[in-house]
Amino acid sequence: MTATSDKKSRTAAFRTRWDAMPKQVRWVGLAALVVFLYILPNRWFYEYLGFPIGSDYFAFYTTRSDFATVLFDTSVFVLLAVGLNVVVGFAGLLDLGYFGFYAVGAYTVALLTSPESRLGTNWPWLAAVPVAIAVAMISGVILGGPTLRLRGDYLAIVTLGFAEMIRLYAARNEGIAQGQRGIPQIPHPPGTGSDGHPLFGVESSKPYYWLILTVIIVIIFAMRNLVNSRVGRAWVAIREDEDAAEIMGVPTFKYKLWAFAIGAAVGGLTGAIFAGKQTFINSDSFLLENSILVLAAVILGGAGNIKGAIAGGAITWYLPEWLRGVGDLIGVEFDAAEYRILVFGLVVIVMMIFRPQGLVPNRRRAAEFADRRKEVVPQETVPNE
Amino acid sequence: MNFDELFGNFPALTITGLEQGAIYALVALGYTLVYGVLRLINFAHSEVFMVGTFTALWTWEALGHNQNTPAPAFGPLIVAVLAGLAVAMVASASTAVVVELVAYRPLRRRNAPPLAFLITAIGASFVLSESFGIGTERAPFGMPDMIPQKTVFTLFGADVTNLQLLILGVTLIMMISLDQFVNRSRLGRGIRAVAQDADTAALMGVNKNRVILLVFILGGLMAGVAALLWDIRFGFTKFNVGFLIGLKAFSAAVLGGIGNLRGALLGGLLLGVVENYASGLFGGDWKDFTGFVLLIVLLMFRPTGLLGESLGRARA
Repeated sequence: MTATSDKKSRTAAFRTRWDAMPKQVRWVGLAALVVFLYILPNRWFYEYLGFPIGSDYFAFYTTRSDFATVLFDTSVFVLLAVGLNVVVGFAGLLDLGYFGFYAVGAYTVALLTSPESRLGTNWPWLAAVPVAIAVAMISGVILGGPTLRLRGDYLAIVTLGFAEMIRLYAARNEGIAQGQRGIPQIPHPPGTGSDGHPLFGVESSKPYYWLILTVIIVIIFAMRNLVNSRVGRAWVAIREDEDAAEIMGVPTFKYKLWAFAIGAAVGGLTGAIFAGKQTFINSDSFLLENSILVLAAVILGGAGNIKGAIAGGAITWYLPEWLRGVGDLIGVEFDAAEYRILVFGLVVIVMMIFRPQGLVPNRRRAAEFADRRKEVVPQETVPNE
Repeated sequence: MNFDELFGNFPALTITGLEQGAIYALVALGYTLVYGVLRLINFAHSEVFMVGTFTALWTWEALGHNQNTPAPAFGPLIVAVLAGLAVAMVASASTAVVVELVAYRPLRRRNAPPLAFLITAIGASFVLSESFGIGTERAPFGMPDMIPQKTVFTLFGADVTNLQLLILGVTLIMMISLDQFVNRSRLGRGIRAVAQDADTAALMGVNKNRVILLVFILGGLMAGVAALLWDIRFGFTKFNVGFLIGLKAFSAAVLGGIGNLRGALLGGLLLGVVENYASGLFGGDWKDFTGFVLLIVLLMFRPTGLLGESLGRARA
């Protein structure tokens, strides 16, 4: 008990000190962090620091799995977690089919751009991205429309069903998604480097990582503003007490639908970027199980807190990769990815029971949980007989 | 659209639809009971069913039946089916109880918000299915052919098989006994009381936690029966077999009116039949979409289901 309160006070103290610093210092600190994230996949960075390149040094710059690819995959996950955080964390709605929107985004790009697609439109990648976002958003509205008017718990199962239906449809060979055969030859994002080669190719994952990192930073700024706006306040009001919010004049249905649509849009955007890097998607690219991983990321990190969602997303994807690297290092064949869903399913249960506010809690949300805990109905604690 | 297929095989499609719908209905009872009392979608219920299918299979294998042995004679068959039924029911009910004790009760004690329950429910569901997935190496398992299908009689040109009669018969028996139990017995009165108003029921001396446990046990028992029928009829199981069945059973429960026992039966049978008509009309690929589309449309126009929701008020 003392350990946790000690730790709490230490993080709180750090926060107070950070907040008390001059604005310029904080900006410089943030800029340094961003620069650090951008140079993370560069080999020279590790050589400069003196890491033994080539040995599986804690899955940092390893030879076996390309670190830039690992970083890209982790960033995809972080972006998904940031998007789902709007739905689960801010508005308090449970979306279990978040991967469905990701699939919608990826398939929209694939269908519009690939020469192999049965639509035959052959758009460039960049033109297809806004369409992908719009289609994901519209599918969110179609799903949310009938369900959000009712109880939130129906939303959970409807979204779960939606993700499964997308996957079932994608698995049909006759459909436009072409099943297992999938859609190949999706074009890369545009751009030519200074040496005349295309910026985004198949050789290196670095440009894609930088692209998605940039997108994440932009989205984070947008989210921060959104949360502190009228919309964000409406979401918090709905999350805390929907009836009270409605009585105070918050159009709850409208704002819930907005939260849901914005979450879906971020999911669609992530899918579009993923398709642009992968150049090939098929029905196996979007396993439903991954929906629980995104949810686990948000819960683990701390729903309702953007920093928490980022931390959760990074941990959920990076930790198993890192463990694989460590396993290689000590000569154990251990595929942590195989146990990923089992472990994070357990993590979700344990977190909900013992630390529902997450690792990096949103202060207001943590207070909500603490309040409710105090209001326990007494009969539950009285031992039976 | 293939109207010839639909109208030509109308009786046959109806009968197979009722057969599949009966299994949905048995699983739907578990969702409806828990929802009626706790207002919680027990996502882990699909895994309760999955555990039943596996344990019944293991029981049969322990008794010496496997895919290569011929269908057993009458005596051993009765033994095997009853043993499988008992084991599946006990295993499913125990799984449901474990989920309640580990995942839901601690949250109730902490007065957690509804969202927290849903999140642990989905967590519990994935933990169960993944542990079976890892344990069975994600392979599908074939079943011994316990009761070979044969046509008993013909109705409007459709063959009615022994399995269809068995499944419908068992489902009706289970349904009637559960309905009588909830509506007539002392424990059933407790369930209805908690479903109506948990706090008042507690003041009147009903032990809420015990009622909730009972509800999970009842749902688990029904899922166990459904699992055995599934094993006999469809002859395979897999770690994720529960997912689609669970989704459809939930749609069935909402269709009939969630929280309403008779609604679950009606919804299950209706969903099975509609699903079969749709597969006749649009082709088998679209069968699994029907339940989902039906659920969305229903939520738009009649969210309380056909018979209306509420376990407490359904003919109290």
